[in-house]
Amino acid sequence: MSIIQILFFALSAFAIISAVMVLISKNPIHSVLWLILVFFAISGHYILLNAQFLAIVNIIVYAGAIMVLFLFVIMLINVKKDSEPQKQFLVKLLGVVAGGSFLTLLVALVKQTGQLQGRTLLMKDGVIGLIHPLGKALFNEYVVPFEISSVLFLSAMVGAVIIGKK
Amino acid sequence: MPIQYYIYLCLALFSIGVTGVLTRRNAIVVFMCIELMLNAVNLLLVAFSKMFHGYALIENTTSTTGIDAQIFVFFIMVVAAAEVSVGLAIIVMMYRNTHSVDINFLNRLKN
Repeated sequence: MSIIQILFFALSAFAIISAVMVLISKNPIHSVLWLILVFFAISGHYILLNAQFLAIVNIIVYAGAIMVLFLFVIMLINVKKDSEPQKQFLVKLLGVVAGGSFLTLLVALVKQTGQLQGRTLLMKDGVIGLIHPLGKALFNEYVVPFEISSVLFLSAMVGAVIIGKK
Repeated sequence: MPIQYYIYLCLALFSIGVTGVLTRRNAIVVFMCIELMLNAVNLLLVAFSKMFHGYALIENTTSTTGIDAQIFVFFIMVVAAAEVSVGLAIIVMMYRNTHSVDINFLNRLKN
């Protein structure tokens, strides 16, 4: 097994275990911290795929900004540790069965798809994840969506302030 | 690395997110599980972009095939950040009105 495969399996196991811990933590703050670990594992996968820009953006935007926002809201509204009402056991079981059968269905579909058989992906080479080509594409072909996203941010900010002020 | 490994990983993360949405009652945790699903899709987009980039490089060594997917991932992150800010404002407003973040309170939206 090469070093890339070892890193892949280690990061995958790390991501899946942390994602399961997000679900089974009783305290929402612990869920947020586990989710930050999931995002770090996914950033590790991006680095493994040589998508360096996305790895850094993922850490800054998700683990840095969004998760701090979640933590801030949880601490602001002061959810008590034991006060979270639990769903009935039957509903939980049905949820797990539904998620598991969804996974089984999609895995079976992927196993059958002929177009994916024998396809490999480029792990550490390739320049498309670096800042230079991404910046060129972003500010040439995708400059209009980029500007529209700034309008989206402005409207989201106004919306959040208006909803929060009431 | 076969593409199937990445597909299985992303499917597992996505299914964990689906299960979380179905089993938890805390609105904030449900929201976090939606973020988890978004991230699984992002990772799959990047994996497929690298797959097509690898095959395009064989024919043309200066090809930038697959760069669109990474731009899409960037825009998904942008939209997710905007979505989270509005969604958390809604959750705070809901907490102010009902003093709870239990999503079962939302099954009757009037009052």
